[in-house]
Amino acid sequence: MHLEVSHLYKHFSTRQGQLLVLKDINLHVETGEFVCAVGASGSGKTTLLRMVAGLDTPTSGKITVDGQPVIGPGADRGMVFQSYSLYPWMTVAKNVGFGLKLQGMAMPLRAQRVAEYLDVVGLSQFANAYPRELSGGMKQRVAIARALASQPKVLLMDEPFGALDVQTKETMQQFLLDLWRRTGTSILMITHDVEEAIFLSQRIYVLTARPGSVQREVFVDLPSERTYTIKRQPLFQGYRDEIMDLLRETSRLGVVVE
Amino acid sequence: MTSDASASTPKNSQQPGGLKPTIFWRIAEDIPANLKWALTAISIVVPLGIWWGVSSLGIVNPKFLPSPMTVGQAALDLHADGFLVQDTLMSCFRVGVGFFLAALISAPIGVAMGTFTSIRSLLEPIIGIVRYMPAPAFIPLLLIYLGVEEPPKIALIFIGTVFFNVLMIMDAVKFIPQELLETTYTLGGQRHQVLFQVITPYVIPNILDAFRVNMAASWNLVVVAELIAADEGLGKRISLAQQFFRTDDIFACLIVLGLIGFCIDLLFRWLLRISCPWAID
Repeated sequence: MHLEVSHLYKHFSTRQGQLLVLKDINLHVETGEFVCAVGASGSGKTTLLRMVAGLDTPTSGKITVDGQPVIGPGADRGMVFQSYSLYPWMTVAKNVGFGLKLQGMAMPLRAQRVAEYLDVVGLSQFANAYPRELSGGMKQRVAIARALASQPKVLLMDEPFGALDVQTKETMQQFLLDLWRRTGTSILMITHDVEEAIFLSQRIYVLTARPGSVQREVFVDLPSERTYTIKRQPLFQGYRDEIMDLLRETSRLGVVVE
Repeated sequence: MTSDASASTPKNSQQPGGLKPTIFWRIAEDIPANLKWALTAISIVVPLGIWWGVSSLGIVNPKFLPSPMTVGQAALDLHADGFLVQDTLMSCFRVGVGFFLAALISAPIGVAMGTFTSIRSLLEPIIGIVRYMPAPAFIPLLLIYLGVEEPPKIALIFIGTVFFNVLMIMDAVKFIPQELLETTYTLGGQRHQVLFQVITPYVIPNILDAFRVNMAASWNLVVVAELIAADEGLGKRISLAQQFFRTDDIFACLIVLGLIGFCIDLLFRWLLRISCPWAID
């Protein structure tokens, strides 16, 4: 197994005492696989992704990448945040190359890699633009190129399109799907958008809320070449109804599905 | 009440509760460029006009309120005697050295305090206390320790600005989005790289802004220092003018101080614009 999370628990200390956020999470991502975790707010899904990234530490349980336990953040697990988090004083090209610079890659090789990934995300002509000159969708493409330039073993995405308008979001989903097919990168993405999860992934973990735990693992048996018209097919809608029902059960317990 | 108001202003009666359009009272929005320039001109011309009007009406003794022309002549005379340039250079020198030393010390300490909770815990309590001690209250001690020449004046400016610089820079670091730092870790960044390649470039505009704001304090202090003990400097010139009842010289020196401060402010804004164009709206 490529990325494996086993028996993961996370407690937070609050004034009311210990709060259980994640309960016995078991999941895995195989090489080249696109996996989504969907859950309502309060399912601890962002906490889960942050622990895989090494930005938070689990209370108990194990996270391994190619058998190596995760002990902190590293370039083998690229992360894309909802807020883009680009470096405002760097051009697009410098943003994309910054990870490589941090890792000590020499200049000619770095420039070549940057050009390659700018091309992958279709932003070659914006290499010398600054982030504030870009639209939200373009910013997120820069963030994706920056994470991919380090050629991570797995790309972690935390609601990457959550801040985009509906039209841009749809374009970006198609873009990400094509990019995944071309690069073969393993992706673990967190979202609360059920249709987005079905459209993009091969497997979906549906999480319960408070505490978050894996309620069901859904295998998405749709062709890997997908366009947005697939959302109208009965099979797609069947998956959507199944997952929405699962999330609704959670919300009956007093948690609102976003 | 409402019907009365709408009856007297029928144009707005369509939207009794709506927000009425305005030009002058726009909040956080731009106003037309010509209005902006007109207001800028009024801001300078009107006070000058009132001054000129009051002084030429003869209702105030010109010994107390010299006219703008008298003050202009006083400035020219001070310049002709060589005092104006000499005093200005001397005050600039003291401010320059004192503030430069304060900047040199405060930037790294402020960044370190903003970055590391440990350093902040170590230094914030003591700085929090010392910064409330008024800098001029240190003058007697400084005179005892450092004599009456340049060192006590430079030290006064240093003491009066270093702590405010540190605290403002520290606060700027705290406003860096956490995700920008976390992104850097997930790109393989080490802590020293986060400090020098992310935090430092991010806060440079804030550092320049802190310097710009605190520069005003160093001009306050140089005049205070010169009023007490100095052979030359704009503060000393004001103090001498008082002894000879030369209000025109005092006015001239005050205006020079204002203009110098204004120019330094513009200089810092220009520095910010050329060094960090990404930080300008």
